[in-house]
Amino acid sequence: MYIPTIGLEIHCELKTNTKNFSSASNTYSDIPNSNLATVDLGFPGILPVINENGVKQSLKMALAMHCEIPEYMTFERKNYFYPDLPKGYQITQFHHPVGINGYVMIHVNGEDKKILIHDTHLEEDTASLDHYGDYSLIDYNRAGVPLLETVTEPCMHSAEEAIAFLEALRSIFLYCGTSEARTDRGQMRCDVNVSLSTTENCLGTKVEIKNVNSFNNVKDAIVSEIKRQTEILENGGVVLQETRRYDENQMCTHLMRSKEDAIDYKFFTDPNLPPILLEKKWLEEIKAEIPSLQYERITMYMLEYGLSRYDATILVKEKEMAEYFEETIKEGADAKAASNWLTSVILGHMNKYEIPITKLFLTPKMLVELIELVSSDKISSKQAKEVLYQSLEEEKSPVTLVKELGIEQIGGNEEILAVVKEVFAENREAKAQYQAGRTNIVDFLVGQVMKKTRGKANPATTRKLVQEEIVKGE
Amino acid sequence: MNYMCKNIDELRAMLDRKAVTSDLLFQEAIERAKQYQEAYNAFVTIIEEKKEQDATSILSGIPYALKDNISTKGILTTSSSNILKNYMPIYNATVYQKLESAGAVLMGKTVLDELAMGGTGTTGHTGIVKNPWDSSRQIGGSSAGSAAAVALGIVPFAIGSDTGDSIRKPAAFGGIVGYKPTYGRISRYGLFAFASSLDHVGCFARNVKDVAYVINIIKGEDPYDMTSLPDDNKNYVDTLENEIKERKLFYIKEAFENYETSEDLEFKETINQFFKTVEKVKELGFIVEEVSFPKELLSAIYPTYMAISCAEATSNNANLTGIPFGVRGEGNSIHDVMMDARTKGFSELIKRRFVLGSYILQKENQEKLFHNARRVRRMIVDKMNELFEHYDGMLMPASGGIAPIFGEKTDQLSDRYLILENHLAIANFGGFPSITIPSGFVNDMPIAVNLTGRQFEDDVVLNMAYKIEEITDCKDQIAKGGK
Repeated sequence: MYIPTIGLEIHCELKTNTKNFSSASNTYSDIPNSNLATVDLGFPGILPVINENGVKQSLKMALAMHCEIPEYMTFERKNYFYPDLPKGYQITQFHHPVGINGYVMIHVNGEDKKILIHDTHLEEDTASLDHYGDYSLIDYNRAGVPLLETVTEPCMHSAEEAIAFLEALRSIFLYCGTSEARTDRGQMRCDVNVSLSTTENCLGTKVEIKNVNSFNNVKDAIVSEIKRQTEILENGGVVLQETRRYDENQMCTHLMRSKEDAIDYKFFTDPNLPPILLEKKWLEEIKAEIPSLQYERITMYMLEYGLSRYDATILVKEKEMAEYFEETIKEGADAKAASNWLTSVILGHMNKYEIPITKLFLTPKMLVELIELVSSDKISSKQAKEVLYQSLEEEKSPVTLVKELGIEQIGGNEEILAVVKEVFAENREAKAQYQAGRTNIVDFLVGQVMKKTRGKANPATTRKLVQEEIVKGE
Repeated sequence: MNYMCKNIDELRAMLDRKAVTSDLLFQEAIERAKQYQEAYNAFVTIIEEKKEQDATSILSGIPYALKDNISTKGILTTSSSNILKNYMPIYNATVYQKLESAGAVLMGKTVLDELAMGGTGTTGHTGIVKNPWDSSRQIGGSSAGSAAAVALGIVPFAIGSDTGDSIRKPAAFGGIVGYKPTYGRISRYGLFAFASSLDHVGCFARNVKDVAYVINIIKGEDPYDMTSLPDDNKNYVDTLENEIKERKLFYIKEAFENYETSEDLEFKETINQFFKTVEKVKELGFIVEEVSFPKELLSAIYPTYMAISCAEATSNNANLTGIPFGVRGEGNSIHDVMMDARTKGFSELIKRRFVLGSYILQKENQEKLFHNARRVRRMIVDKMNELFEHYDGMLMPASGGIAPIFGEKTDQLSDRYLILENHLAIANFGGFPSITIPSGFVNDMPIAVNLTGRQFEDDVVLNMAYKIEEITDCKDQIAKGGK
């Protein structure tokens, strides 16, 4: 048996108005070469100017991943020739990155696990190339877009752990509002390092798989690479240190370059970018903007509200849903009831019509009112479900609907008891019949009460009162 | 009438009282440029049509030239390299933008050593630049054409760039004033980068006051250059007449060891004259003292400069692939296309420097070569700052001799070469303001002194230079070739 060890390098584009070192717009565009400035094309004489917001977003991420933040950060040049890199070097961070030695918590197979972050650093994205037969086209829209590269320690041991980490990281970006983190737009890309060893605490030879572009592919790439390396080792072979790429059609990895061909990027500090002092006060301000994250919220929902992990996980999937949920609790709702409605009817409605929770007609307050109607026996939970569906569809508040439909139940014992007595008065032989063994007379009497109240009496209460009344002597 | 031999004050006065028009000045400038082009080759591009200006400043209506490594929108900018021989910039350098806004009139783009690397003026893709005092000699470089254009009286001032001595050395060989201010005083945005940590924009003129006029216009903080300094809000012309009595200068003892016994008579005479100038400077009220500077550090200037500048240059010029701009190469793969463009586009000297720079930056060499060079740079700067605690400036001969004859060999390991021909790079290491002022003649060729001051004290350096200029008798001189 071999122990697989996995490390990930995740590139994620940051959400900013402009690019990392130029004034060009940082927005996704289908029109090639429409978002660019002189600086992005690497013309002679251009100079980079750092985007303050890019620095801020990257610091927010570093802090959210519990990283140590340096006193000042520097930018380095990574030198290599490729047409996607107009300056002939990429501005990145090497010596003093935005964060080091952090961690992200994940939960896999019933266990919590700390994924260690080696470092996270701010850099610029490259242009994108499209290759056709005997020519290639360059789109510089992406060139210079701020990119945060997060490098984990080799500390994961299964594809599931890797995917759980990627999901957790993605949620941190979304919760912090630092990226849309959409893999379909190439905003989040991943390099995967896989090695196999026979003993714990000892790493085998590392193979890097470059540029895997979806979480599914990361999973498949890891599985296929573990299989490939296992086969090599089982046949008495040696795994070579190399860089490979994942072929999603054939579902296997192919050799890109061997260790001997590894590129020396000749990193050195960019003389055009002075070191940036990271003042404590600024860091505190940024820290204060970081919301409570998925992992913390799941823990809280389970401990404080007694929710199942399953439900808590659904509620925190999107920050807006979690905030909605917390708002209903603030408004006084029972947590379990709120969770049940949110994860069933409301989520179903949102998925069916593809409406985000922020666009929902039903406010947390309305949901609280609905929950209270049920808890005070004004309507049955079956009715509540109908009302909720109708409320979402017709955009009317549950309270209004209950009134309009006239289905509000008579919940109070006094009121119902009066009607019960009325029914008994009209059916004087009922008690005797009951004592004679005709117990199903109870159903008849309940039916009579319901008829008189036009269904507004709470059936359970009614039955209880009828039962009590029937055994009483004259 | 020869207007272009006049200084800025004279031209301003004539323009203001309408004794001459800007059009006439422009015409004369381009006529003179064409007249001397074959003999001296100062220009890559002579601008045929004058761009109308409506600004008013001390420089409005006055023609000038820009080194051809400064980005000018819609005007060919080649950096004197084949790889950029057809390059038409789409944006303006900040220095050009500022001169445009001040109403100065660009009349041409001047030849440099290819990509500003080199100090001979012989490596530009359009041919060698000759010295206007003696066409068998170099003008020096890399801002060769700008120096020649000012020395020839084609323009009263020209813009250059200075990474090691590229303004101040050719100024010395051309008998004119050359100034490179404090690092960051003038924006580098639009200056084709050679070695970013050493690169400076500066200017040539025929007297110190004209230099101050030009620097006043082109200095200032630039949002496009993160290394630019906050404005000092000083007018450098206003302080030129300030009292200099008790100002203290030093020269380095180790630079002059054994010169008296040298068989090189030009060298000997240059140094003799330097000491005569020192005496006259003392008479002005300056205190001038001899100081000792560790010789190992002085001898390390050249290798330190080469290590840092080649390393940075390799990376800075990696944008020249012929793909987004420049001359496109041929080949079957992307890498072949880039390699072909770079193989054909650069001269041997440039390739050698790139190979050197690449070697210096290699992972296994970086610590020993690149970082040690940076450490030596820091030690030299620290030593200078230590001296600047007691002295206001360093006064040295700009060169140990006169402009070299083409093909003349120099011993690059000699003390004279290592110290006297390279000490100007100290000002680039520390970003110190540094000015070359013509100080006399040896064998009918100009020689010069160099004055380097404290970082940020551009006003003080110009003030002291202005005073020293008074005793040199070389103010406003035009080279023999331009008369």
